[in-house]
Amino acid sequence: MQESGGGPAGLVELRGITKRFGGLVANDAIDLTLAAGEVHGVLGENGAGKTTLMRILYGLTSPDAGQVLVDGRALAIRSPRDAIAAGIGMVTQHFALVTPMTVSENLLLGRPEGLTIDLKAARRRVEEAADRFGIRVRPEAAVADLSVGEQQRVEILKALAGDCRVLILDEPTAVLVPQEVKALFETLRRLTADGMAVAFISHKLSEVLAITQRVTVLRRGRVVGAVQTARTDERELATLMVGRPAQAAERPRGSPGPAVLEVVGLDASGRQGLPALRGVSFSVASGEILGVAGVSGNGQTELAEVLSGMRRPNAGSVEVAGRSVAGLGPRQMMAVGVGRIAEDRHAAVVLDLSVAYNLVLEHLDEFRRGPLLDEARIRANAEELIERFGILARPDDPVRTLSGGNLQKVILARVLSRGPAVLVVSQPTRGLDVGATDYVRGELVAQAARGAGIVLISEDLDELLMLADRILVFFEGRVVGNLATASADPEQLGLLMARGTAA
Amino acid sequence: MTGWRRRIWLGGCVLVLTFLVTVPFLLMAGVNPLAAYAQFLIVPLTSRFGLLEVAVASIPLLFTGAAVALAFRAGYWNIGAEGQLLLGAVAAAGIGARVSNLAPPLAVLLVLGGGVLAGAAWGLLPALLRVRFHIDEVVTTLLLNPVALLLVEGLLNGPWRDPVTRFPESPRIAVSAELPAVVAGSRLHAGFLIGLAVLAVTGFVLTRTPAGVKLRAVGLGPDAARFAGIDVARTLIAAALISGAIAGLGGAGEVAGIQYRLTGGLSAGFGYTGIVVATLGGLTMGGVALVALLLGDLTVGASSAGRALGIPSQAGDIVQAAVLLVTVAMLAVNRYGRRRRPRAVAVAGAGL
Repeated sequence: MQESGGGPAGLVELRGITKRFGGLVANDAIDLTLAAGEVHGVLGENGAGKTTLMRILYGLTSPDAGQVLVDGRALAIRSPRDAIAAGIGMVTQHFALVTPMTVSENLLLGRPEGLTIDLKAARRRVEEAADRFGIRVRPEAAVADLSVGEQQRVEILKALAGDCRVLILDEPTAVLVPQEVKALFETLRRLTADGMAVAFISHKLSEVLAITQRVTVLRRGRVVGAVQTARTDERELATLMVGRPAQAAERPRGSPGPAVLEVVGLDASGRQGLPALRGVSFSVASGEILGVAGVSGNGQTELAEVLSGMRRPNAGSVEVAGRSVAGLGPRQMMAVGVGRIAEDRHAAVVLDLSVAYNLVLEHLDEFRRGPLLDEARIRANAEELIERFGILARPDDPVRTLSGGNLQKVILARVLSRGPAVLVVSQPTRGLDVGATDYVRGELVAQAARGAGIVLISEDLDELLMLADRILVFFEGRVVGNLATASADPEQLGLLMARGTAA
Repeated sequence: MTGWRRRIWLGGCVLVLTFLVTVPFLLMAGVNPLAAYAQFLIVPLTSRFGLLEVAVASIPLLFTGAAVALAFRAGYWNIGAEGQLLLGAVAAAGIGARVSNLAPPLAVLLVLGGGVLAGAAWGLLPALLRVRFHIDEVVTTLLLNPVALLLVEGLLNGPWRDPVTRFPESPRIAVSAELPAVVAGSRLHAGFLIGLAVLAVTGFVLTRTPAGVKLRAVGLGPDAARFAGIDVARTLIAAALISGAIAGLGGAGEVAGIQYRLTGGLSAGFGYTGIVVATLGGLTMGGVALVALLLGDLTVGASSAGRALGIPSQAGDIVQAAVLLVTVAMLAVNRYGRRRRPRAVAVAGAGL
């Protein structure tokens, strides 16, 4: 199972790469070989060191120790310029595109050649790429008008310019709908058939199994497994990645109780004042988890904001336990029993205040003695919640110093300790590692069992399929699908998300 | 807290940079910079008279420093303490001249109360503009300062001009409206104690009450504060009004304790210096008290250094101005550093 040097001839070889950030060892003597013609999966939880390793290969980060060999020769890669010269290209999670410019113009920006601008050559390159690799994107389109998937294709085209032989993709599927993932995989197959090496970074097991030939699994900065994809399975990879078999938060789905949240004909505007929600109606019963799916930017954020009291709807009604609450502010929303887990965790807590204060921030007036704050009770409350929710922090620590998982636990503790009747939860496990993810999901399930009605907004389809009783699909601010999870399949959901229709 | 270390570091930078910046000027004036700084900072503390004068000089800075620090804590960048202080002085002079028939405690209360209300009123408009229309209060509060000064000069050259001497001075306030001296025979008046009390109360409210935590939460994370159900607009307006009220009280104190009338030169830029005091003091009330006393020391020292070393008394002004400019520069560096901190989540959705 464990292989050492038994793979195909290495195009790029990483030897003993070590990188420390302060006391944290991000990469600990990592060996990795990328061979021509293979998609090599780099698998690991958040914080396992995948991105650091790839940034080192691309010259964005310099290693403390170790060597990079290209074609068997040691090479010092000090900047992306060195990497590109060595035939290494990278597509990061954050695109570096000039959005008002066209695709061709962006390609020229990536690699200005000579003194004059040759838009025709850039255009030819786009057309060539379409033929050779199946990367389809209109050269004249402004990048701003493209979908995220198309923008990613432009980034890949940029990386492929010149004599790129090694392509690094950092979590490329995180922003894609299932159909776009398919197209990306098709492209990767053609690229490797052409003799390229692709490093495919992911923490999604199914994708790694589907597209890679070999997988290197990282955990806490170390290589814990290097396997042939054909000879492994989801279970083994998950065990390697987490260090224990991952378990899904399965839950008994009983018959739901009375409706606790009723939304009818909701209209709301988004950040730029454009309509973001158009006639949205649904209801959530006590004990029910209602999933909300959609490609980001189709109204989910605004729905969460309206239900949290952060955004005033233009029309429609929202009732919590029969009481009309549309247009109320955050304070009143909490008062009627709505608990809110926001999409942007960092905007839900005051980062420079302590854990103890953040835990009582929503209900400061209940923690006072006369006109003064009751510091003793605030502290006792913090200690109790830290214990109950397993938060790795002290009451006086500024929240800024907490990891993502612990930060989310602070927010959960603040909300769940109030026993809300309705929970509005946005992207609750985004960016969390498997352990924290399991914990958060378990808490949500427990809340539903307690009788809370939960609106679960998530871009993680697996999460919705695992937790939700029903799934609403949002497209351009409308509800285009309302499916019982038992009868929903990812393909159908993907079509609804991408096109607004399953037909 | 990490913020603490950062503040101490910034404060240290300000002091060192100020010294470095002022050395050439002191050399040009023909004095040894170290000897000059000894005169500025140490000599005033070596006599009883000097100590009392240092305290007197620090009084207005206690008020403006507290006013600015409170506002900054709420994330409300009140640069208008100067104008608010002037309006407080105007109200105090106007009321003080008309209360000769009242007993001292009542007369003093009316004068100080007038200063409080006038200062708060001068701070109201920028606060409303900020909350309603998102108009940057840095600009509006700053621009209202010269307006306040023009109002003072209009009054002094118009209705309040001394009918006999024709000096641009308001009528002297009633004796019953004067703040009593703390040390008999000195200029140190009760304004000093009031200033310290204001600092103590403000510091207590900020750290020990729900309102104080809400105000700090609004300053540290307005989005999070709003999400937690805190009324951000109301908190900002309250911070702006209380800040203006404290500055106005400082102006009233100068009238009732030192000048006894309104003059064009009532404020030597106390409101602007208050920004230095608040920032150097790390926006804590204890820090404000220390820095106010330090700058009072410098003021007294600079005026005596002229006589002792034969250097122009403007050398003290240069040092003060250098402190101000260096502080503003460090503030800008600090804000720039904060702005540039990336917001990971915001970027993730930016592709759409």
